Amino acid sequence: MYLTDAPIDSAALFAAARPSDGGVCTFLGVVRNHHMGRPTERIAYEAYGPMAEAEIGKILDGLAREWPDAQVQVRHRVGVLEIGDVAVAIVASAPHRAEAFVACRAAIDRIKATVPIWKREFHPDGTSDWVDPTAGSPPG
Amino acid sequence: MRIRLLYFATFKDVAGRDSEDRQVAGGAKVSDLWRELTREMPGLLKTGSMPPAAVNREYTGPETVLADGDEVAFLPPVAGG
Repeated sequence: MYLTDAPIDSAALFAAARPSDGGVCTFLGVVRNHHMGRPTERIAYEAYGPMAEAEIGKILDGLAREWPDAQVQVRHRVGVLEIGDVAVAIVASAPHRAEAFVACRAAIDRIKATVPIWKREFHPDGTSDWVDPTAGSPPG
Repeated sequence: MRIRLLYFATFKDVAGRDSEDRQVAGGAKVSDLWRELTREMPGLLKTGSMPPAAVNREYTGPETVLADGDEVAFLPPVAGG
């Protein structure tokens, strides 16, 4: 299961690196307090759970084909998150750093592109918006 | 025939529900279902033309023919991470 409604334990993901791994690249996507010039108070993440799990699995299968020496682990939060909370964690490990870096970057980029997860930003003025990355916002 | 339709995020707000069972004509395609939904709920068009669709939890194209019992979802722009 890649989705969780509990806080992500990135240290546990790091601990799963193999003795043969000399490079571990961790990416943490964190809830920030602004988006497109507006302040953000918290974010609610919603997923099409079973499809999101399957899509992340497909992404990991693709990564394993492209970078067979890398091991990539993914956790993504759902539910309401506060500023500073970890929304997504990617831990890519490999015998050498090059594969760890490239697999980590590819994992987060592909997750953001295709996995059916949405986020609703709540603003201090009480309004909220679904984030639409196709609407000209900077990459989040 | 009957399908299960799921709504997420902004589409759930527009529809006012997160799922429904729906009758569709035999031979109906994904694009036919989208046209029917947007006639009922023009607000679905706020993200533009037909969004990515999933049938039985797999991305699929507009020409896919629906089958009885399918789980169908039109997906607003995803924003994970």
